[in-house]
Amino acid sequence: MATEDKQPMSTTPQDADATASLAAAGHGHDAHADHGLAHTMPVWMLLAVLGALMGLTILTVSVTSFDLGSQGNLVVAMVIATIKATLVCTFFMHLLWDKKFHLILFLTAVLFVILFLSMTITDRGEYQHGIDTYQSATK
Amino acid sequence: MSESTSEIAPLQPTKGGHGAPAAVEHDAHGGHAHADGPHLSHHFDTYQQQFDAGKLGIWLFLLTEVLFFSGLFCAYTVYRGMHPEVFVYAHYFLNTTMGAINTCVLLVSSLTAAWAVRNAQLAQRKLLVLNIAITIVCACTFMVVKFFEYQHKFHDGLLPGPAFHPTEQVWELESFKKKHPEAAEYAEHLTKLAEAKDKAKALPAGAIPLDQPVTGVFEKPTEEQLEPLLKAGVIGPSAEDPTRPSKPRNGHVFFSIYFFMTGLHGIHVLGGIGVFIWLLVRANKGQFGPKYFGPIDYAALYWHLVDLIWIYLFPLLYLIH
Repeated sequence: MATEDKQPMSTTPQDADATASLAAAGHGHDAHADHGLAHTMPVWMLLAVLGALMGLTILTVSVTSFDLGSQGNLVVAMVIATIKATLVCTFFMHLLWDKKFHLILFLTAVLFVILFLSMTITDRGEYQHGIDTYQSATK
Repeated sequence: MSESTSEIAPLQPTKGGHGAPAAVEHDAHGGHAHADGPHLSHHFDTYQQQFDAGKLGIWLFLLTEVLFFSGLFCAYTVYRGMHPEVFVYAHYFLNTTMGAINTCVLLVSSLTAAWAVRNAQLAQRKLLVLNIAITIVCACTFMVVKFFEYQHKFHDGLLPGPAFHPTEQVWELESFKKKHPEAAEYAEHLTKLAEAKDKAKALPAGAIPLDQPVTGVFEKPTEEQLEPLLKAGVIGPSAEDPTRPSKPRNGHVFFSIYFFMTGLHGIHVLGGIGVFIWLLVRANKGQFGPKYFGPIDYAALYWHLVDLIWIYLFPLLYLIH
């Protein structure tokens, strides 16, 4: 990696063009290369991530045919979905190489979603009595 | 992590310093045939600054999007927590195959969007146009599948609120019969019993029913017969009608949630199609290169978020167990 830590602005444009023609002939050469403004994803990594995502999709569909208890299936489905989401964020959305500030921003959103959901779930039983009364009255 | 910091580090000087990087920009332009120049807006000093500002902007937008959708996810969570039977009931009406196809289509489009960013960074114009085009085709495929799903739901009366009038009972569905054949039979049996009772009630007092009575001895129902019906709110305390197999109370709420979640997601897909068509035109003109690929990157990030939301929607709506 150290060899690719060149001063980006002075050398990049020409290099990028050279790499572009090289990449057209056969990729691999420019894996992990840093072309100036942001990180470039190597093709093999893109394809590997897609493969993993497809595999996890098949897994999550096939796992529904097993009974894992009342909440078990939901938990498994959510864990698989979260793995998929992490893959998309880390690689497709470049968060692994991006500025950490963007990651913090995103995780802040996630944190607030978790707060939002957990507080509502804690509260959800509060009105059950009123609902029951209403339902028995209107039956 | 040391790898990533070493890659980001060399970029830092270009943000802070004004003089040196600007000079470098000009140098780069000299021996460069790309039409990069016009794409540096006058209020930015460097391409790096322009790119970083845009990237921060799109991330802030994505943050609001996550919170935007979280309201619906919250509604889903609360309602599923309170009334699991409604979700079990409704999931028999959903077509898992169509949902799975759409998941794969969206994942492929995410790949091509991410690939397009790479193409723009490396000035691979033809591949860039191709990848954007594939992304658009996948997005349209997603909407076409969605259209057929919606059409099917409209046709079967599976609509939110007071418009909810399912044309079929849940135990009459193939998806239910395949999973719980005994429960389906039992529900049918109970329905016939209830109908016979109604008929007997409707007859004038003392008359003898002409058709064969359905009533009669039938053995105590097994757990296989009862459990799926109880869990789907067809019979039991959460059923709408206590006298016969019916649908759960407020079964329509699932379809409110379903249409709002998939509808809002669909609107985002439509928006994405619009953005990518605009980018396709611009990419075809060769406007993107190593120093100016921001719009592609931002659109791709937005597209990945749309994909991300679907990654959660698919198991939550289609894979209820």
